Amino acid sequence: MNIIDTIEKEQMKKTTPQFSIGDQVDVSVKIVEGDKERIQVFSGVVIARNGGGFKETFTVRRIVQGEGVERVFPIHSPKIADIKVLKSGKVRRAKLYYMRGRTGKGTRLQEKFEKENPKATSEPVTAKKKSEKEKT
Amino acid sequence: MLSGFLGKKIGMTQIYTDDGCLLPITLIQAGPCSVMQIKTVENDGYSSIKLGFDDKKKKNATKQEIGSAAKVSQEPKRFVREVKPDAGADIKLGQSITVDIFTDVKQVDVVGMTKGKGFAGVMKRWNFKGGAQTHGSTRHRPPGSIGSNTDPGRVIRGKKMAGRLGVERVTIKNIDVVKIDKDRNLLFVRGAIPGHKGSYLILNKSRVKRIGK
Repeated sequence: MNIIDTIEKEQMKKTTPQFSIGDQVDVSVKIVEGDKERIQVFSGVVIARNGGGFKETFTVRRIVQGEGVERVFPIHSPKIADIKVLKSGKVRRAKLYYMRGRTGKGTRLQEKFEKENPKATSEPVTAKKKSEKEKT
Repeated sequence: MLSGFLGKKIGMTQIYTDDGCLLPITLIQAGPCSVMQIKTVENDGYSSIKLGFDDKKKKNATKQEIGSAAKVSQEPKRFVREVKPDAGADIKLGQSITVDIFTDVKQVDVVGMTKGKGFAGVMKRWNFKGGAQTHGSTRHRPPGSIGSNTDPGRVIRGKKMAGRLGVERVTIKNIDVVKIDKDRNLLFVRGAIPGHKGSYLILNKSRVKRIGK
């Protein structure tokens, strides 16, 4: 293994959360204000994953006050405390750039349910309602 | 103890700082260098240290290289350069010097040979603007006029024209040292440095302080 690979591997997180394109996620970002450190949550839809290994990044898109906001996070950044998957969207693309041209109801994704997880399938209505509330 | 050091470019990657910022860095294999010769004012008219870096196979070395290396019980070296010693530095012949000398150094000047670009046109070599790409223009990349008519009747010396580009000795000053890995003799510097991967470099401690930062 060459030195660059070794250096990159040393900086990689041992475990990274499992999430995929189209997932509604809460990304907890550490923010330092003066001496204090607090956690800010950025929630939105994962529309792209770029790169691989240590340099992998993912893009999260959300609508804030009618304006689309996208943030690109490096997966192995120490500033990212946690990535929580709220629900998974049913998508057929690896990059959801078509979301950029959409507004309102068009930004919704059909929810994908894990077959192994009966709990998620049992209460789809409440989950959907909650998501609509977040977006408006 | 030394103002300069020898190294080899390994390549570029990224690194997170303590406060979580992602920095572009170049990895440099810095040393260990061996002291091949100590030049003194009495003997040679000036004082300097001849450093050798990266072992060379004996079959590829000249007899002179083998001989001078054997004098200090070393293998012949691929990259040998002289550097200035700091005043009062205690350096012995054959001594191995490691990246430790950069422990408290914040910035370095990196000297390297740039990548060869071959025979390059004026747009690439001298940043000429060239002509329009469209609007019926067929004059895309040529240099245009290179002088006047009968007076002076010649092309002025030093006129910027197409030619060989690259493979040039370049010094990049005041590059930030981000980290030092003493176990692996690695120097992490911020940003890019000249040359291809595996090219040899001279690393000098920066003397001129950067204004502003």
